[in-house]
Order: sequence, then structure tokens, then C-alpha cells
Amino acid sequence: TSEQIEHLHRRFKQLSQDQLTIRKENFDSIPDLEFNPIRGKIVHAFFDKRNLRPESDGLADEINFEDFLTIMSYFRPIEMNMDEEQLDRFRKEKLKFLFHMYDSDHDGKITLQEYRNVVEELLSGNPHLEKESARSIADGAMMEAASICVGQMGPDQVYEGITFEDFLKMWQGIDIETKMHVRFLNVDTIAHCY
Amino acid sequence: LDYQHVQVPFEITLWIMLASLAKIGFHLYNKLPSVVPESCLLIFVGLIMGGIIYGLNDRSPPVMDSDIFFLYLLPPIVLDAGYFMPSRPFFENIGTILLYAVVGTVWNVFGIGFSLYGICQVRAFRLQDVSLLHNLLFGSLIAAVDPVAVLAVFEEIHVNEKLHILVFGESLLNDAVTVVLYKLFRSFCEMPTIKSVDVFAGVGQFFVVGLGGVLVGLSFGFTAAFTTRFTKDIRVIEPLFVFLYSYLSYLTAEMFHLSGIVAIIACAMGMKRYVEANISLKSHTTVKYFMKMWSSVSDTLIFIFLGVSTIGENHEWNWPYICFTLIFCLVWRALGVLVLTFFVNRFHVNTITSKDQFIIAYGGLRGAICFSLVFLLPDFHRKKLFIAATTVVILFTVFVQGMTIRPLVDLLAVKRKRESAPTVGEQIHIRFLDHLLAGIEDISGHWGQYYWKDKLEYFNSKYLQKILLREYDQPKSSIVLLYEKLERKHAMELAQAGQLGHGPAHPSLLNNDRTVLRDQKLEDTPNPDVLDNMQEILARNLYRIRRTGPAYSRHTLPGDCEPGEHPQELLILRH
Repeated sequence: TSEQIEHLHRRFKQLSQDQLTIRKENFDSIPDLEFNPIRGKIVHAFFDKRNLRPESDGLADEINFEDFLTIMSYFRPIEMNMDEEQLDRFRKEKLKFLFHMYDSDHDGKITLQEYRNVVEELLSGNPHLEKESARSIADGAMMEAASICVGQMGPDQVYEGITFEDFLKMWQGIDIETKMHVRFLNVDTIAHCY
Repeated sequence: LDYQHVQVPFEITLWIMLASLAKIGFHLYNKLPSVVPESCLLIFVGLIMGGIIYGLNDRSPPVMDSDIFFLYLLPPIVLDAGYFMPSRPFFENIGTILLYAVVGTVWNVFGIGFSLYGICQVRAFRLQDVSLLHNLLFGSLIAAVDPVAVLAVFEEIHVNEKLHILVFGESLLNDAVTVVLYKLFRSFCEMPTIKSVDVFAGVGQFFVVGLGGVLVGLSFGFTAAFTTRFTKDIRVIEPLFVFLYSYLSYLTAEMFHLSGIVAIIACAMGMKRYVEANISLKSHTTVKYFMKMWSSVSDTLIFIFLGVSTIGENHEWNWPYICFTLIFCLVWRALGVLVLTFFVNRFHVNTITSKDQFIIAYGGLRGAICFSLVFLLPDFHRKKLFIAATTVVILFTVFVQGMTIRPLVDLLAVKRKRESAPTVGEQIHIRFLDHLLAGIEDISGHWGQYYWKDKLEYFNSKYLQKILLREYDQPKSSIVLLYEKLERKHAMELAQAGQLGHGPAHPSLLNNDRTVLRDQKLEDTPNPDVLDNMQEILARNLYRIRRTGPAYSRHTLPGDCEPGEHPQELLILRH
């Protein structure tokens, strides 16, 4: 809705200090983001070209308001009158966004190293955890993912990495459509003239 | 024969023994618990007992003393519920739960009260002397959904988590409203005139009761956590602190006329996280089992007493009043749920389907709390009528609704609980999502749900944990805890399946080739202490063992652990 867009525009202006585009450094000015362990990944996601335009790759240096909106739209809540197909597409879009955040080298697969990286970042808020533990946790989770996606493996098979389809399978139990949205984008459902 | 000397403890023990034997009896018949919920069977046993006593003594059997109920029987159940409440779904749905508990209960009270008053006006029923105030008083005690009954029934039908937490949370939290309204109307009954300022005082009192209860509970909870920080050398009495502080919080709240149930829940939820990090594993197991045992005993006793107390000469039958009470209870609850859900669904994406709504409305069971409250009423000439009506409503809801809810759940194909074991991967993803959403909210400048949650976490790690945790330098994230738990479980399974050589003197065995490990003979089940010591070694090596031996996976190992136990254990350590 136009009200939400206006609010975001104001925020954009605030972040970019009244310029037309935002760069990575502008995100540093948000104080609360400091404590977020995965802030690196979040900021990166904004500049990740795969999220901005489908079928493109690489990193953008700066984004304008339109791109900002595009990223924010991934966090739209589902609407009441969506049918099965739309819901499915919606869900896939959100999961794709997540997938890109995990897959930092853009090769379409989440390898063990990338997964380890994610877990380390997540647990980095706790300074007393050894790196070994974080690693073994990531390895354990990778094992679980392997067993969900591929089932029983022979003793010599090597599990390459989690592809997007496998990723979808892993998230099947969790209703991503209802969880992954930012509330304020929802406030105006009453004002929505359907 | 010195019976007088031991009479009181002897009788109490006999009752508890009877209750436990009855429970064993039910489970011997495999088919019975699936058709008839346990609570019904227990009431039935109580009815029989009451009948026997009545026949033998030719006078009314002992009515359950309200004091005994409120002071001794209710707290263990509520403590158990609060301690093992999965806090994540609870807080995610807290708005809805509060709405149902507060607004829903008020709606029910006034609805039932006024409509019953309307019935009383009808000349044919000879009920004119029941005043509006009496009806409202009656409404206030009958409208409240009872946590004991709800827990007993819903535990056996495994509905999806959200539905369970909604009904259950509502039944626990409406105590605050019930207490206030009951006391309010009761004091109105004794006052000659009622001014509007009294009504406002009542509304204010509700906030005091509710928030006061929470404050009392939290302060006791944090004190408990603080105490456990220093119990390193006297592990044996650690579980005692958990129980003592919770019970104290309940009693203190009751002393100040605040809501004891809310206090004990706040205490349990507040102290759980810190206490669990401080106390040893054995104490933790002790706490868990004692809590379950006490709440189970209480639960059984309550239902049996309910049955016993219904037999007797305490009743005055007035068919219209009783029937209409029942009808109004059902109707107003259904209406309340419908209207409130309508509002909830407009604000939330996670909608509550009409099937869910039906179950919520249908799951509004009344139980022992109403029963005790009605006995606490001051003696006026229509009291027996109220007692009769309450008894009928309780029996109806527990028997009819309790028995039919399971087939209805099956019939309506309500979404069931996801019966999958929690995985570390899932925890990682959920945590990731949390941080992601908090970050997005920060970026978009919006103070939403995740923002506050994040802030609370920060406050927690910076201040609370330093004060309340013993070795504060080791607060473990839930991911790590879950992982360790799974590892331990896995290690025990491996050891029991005889595929792992063990013995504290031979840690080097684990470094051998896996073929050597496979050939180890079956040894005795290891001492849990031994395994505890080996946790470090295992944590480092299990990864390697699993990589090299994928033919057995965590999901297909023999050695079935009781399904009720482990998911619950894991659930404890989740956020």
C-alpha cells in the first residue's frame, strides 16, 4: 500500500542521508544491527543481485529505492485470498531468498563449509564457545540434512551440498509463509480495500 | 488398635493409593483409555466410592474441602503445566491467548449471568428470588475454563501445537479474571448499594491481580535462580528449591489476594532457563519426575473427589435452571470464540481456521475450580441450586465433551501434532530466521515482535545471566544444548546396541578403526556417569564415526526409547 511505501521511503532517505542510493557503509549507521550476529549476511543480502533481479548474479555496489523495495517485498505477509499456486510461488520466493543468504559463493549449493560458516556466525554471540563445537554442530546438521534429502547413503557416497530442492524439503515442516514476514507491512490489512 | 493416632495420614495415604490403583487398572485395559479419557474414569470411580460411603454411613460423604483443593491439590498441576510450557509458541501467540482469556471470560460471565437472570424472570420456573447479582456471581464461577480438565483431555488427543497452546494458555490465564470477578460480585452481594465507582475499582483490581501475580511470580523465580547459583556443593537439595520457591510464590500471591495461578506460572517460566543451567543433570531429572508425579497424583485425587462429592444431599434440583445453564455455557462460549477469532484473524496472518475454532469452543471444559468456588459461596438459600447446576455442567463437559472430542478431532481432520524428532538443523534455521527478521526490522525502522525479542535477549545476556547463572561464562545457546542432548542420547543408544566399546580407561578405543569398534562384544549398559565423562570425547569423535558409518542412522537405531520421554526432554531444552 502507498502508506507502507511512504514509510519505507522515509526510512530509505534516513539511511542514505538524502542521497539516491545506499551503499554498504550506510547500514553501519543502524545501532541495533550491531548486536545481530548475522548482520553481515543480512547486509549482503540487500546487495546480492540474485535477489534483485532473477537470473542475474554478482554483487551490486549500491542500490536505489526500487531495489530496496524489492528486497523488502520478500517479507510481505500472505494475503487472504491467495490460491494454492500463488501460495506455493510465494513460499518458494521466500525460501529462495533464504537460500541465497546461506549460499555465499553463489554456486547454487550450500556446501559443508558454508553451513559451518552460518553456524559459526549464529553462535558468535557467545564468546565462550569453541570453534570445534560449532563445527561439529554444523556437521551434525549437515548429516541430518543428508538423511532427509538423500536417505540412506552408501559408505562411499559423498554428499556434495544442499541444492535448492533439498532446501525446500528441509523447510517443509515449517510454515515459512506465516513466519517470515515483518509485522508492520501487515498493519494496513484493515485499511486495505479488497 | 490406635486408629485415632494415625487417622489423618492414614486416610490421606489410602485415598492416594486408591487413586493410583485406579490408574493402573485403566491402563491394564488397553482399549479403554482411547475411548474414554482418564478423567471420566476417575470421576466414575469417585462416584462409586461416594455411593459406597453414602450407603454405609447413610449420610453425605465428605465434600472436598475448598482449602485442600486450592492449597494442596491445584498448585502441583499448575506448576507442572507452567514449567513444561513450551515458551516459544506461548509467547508467539500470547496476544491471542490473552484476548481469549480476558475478554472471552468476561464475555462469558456477563453473557451467562444476564441470560440466566432473564430465565429467572419467567414466572413459571419459580426462580424469582435469584437476583441479578446472584446470577452474575454464578456466571463468574461457571464461565472459567479449567486447566486441570483441559490438560487431562487434550494431553491424550495430540492436536497441533498452536491449538493446544491456545486452549491451554487460555485456561491457565483466565484465573486472574475469574478471581477478580468472583470476589467482586461476592463483595457486591454483601454491600447494600453499588456505586459506579465500585465497578471501576473492580476493573482496576483486575489489572492489579493479574500484573501483581506476574510480578510476584517473577520475583520468586529470579530468587530461585539466584539461590541455585550457590548450590554447587549441596546438589542433593537443589530440586527442593525449585518446589519451595514455586509454592511460596503461589501462597504469597494468594495471601495478597492476587492470582496464585498466574504467579506460579510466571515463577516457573522465569526460573526455568536459569535454574536448568545451574543445577546438575541428576537434579534436573529429579525435578522433572517429582513434578510429574505430584501433578499426576493431584490430578487423580481431584477427579475422584469430584465424583465422591457429587453423591449426597447437597443438591436442589430445578430442571429449567440447570438445563438453561448448560445451554448457555455452550452457546456463549461458541459465540465468544467466533467473535474473538474474527478480530484475531484480521490482525494476524496465521489464521485460526474454523475447525480450530470449533475445537477451541468445544474444549472449554469446566472442572474442579468451579466446583470448589461454588462451595466457597456464602450460605444463602439458593446455594444448593447452584451446586447442583455446577455439578451437572462439570459432569457434562468432562464426560460428554471429553469423550467425544477425540472422535471429533479425527472426524474433522484437525491438524495434528507434528510427530517428528527435533533436529539440530531445524533449530539452526529457526534461529537464523529470528535474527534475520530482527535485522530486517531494524533496517526498516520498525519496532516489531522480533525487535523486542532481540532486545530481551540482549538484556538477558548482559545482565540477567551474569547475576543468575553460576558460571556465567557458559550460557549455552539452545542449539548447543539440543545438540549435546542429541549426542548424549545417540551415545547411549550406540552403547546399548553394543557398537561402541567403552570404559573410562580406554578412550583410545574410540580412535580406532571403525571395524574394530563394530566387533566389540555387547557389554553391560554403561553407568550414566561414565557416559557423562565421555561426552567430550564423544562430541569430538562421533562426527567422525558418523561420517564413516552412515549405514546406521539416528533414525533407525534399535533400542526404542519411550517416545513420551525423550521428545519431552528435548522440548525442555528448547528455547
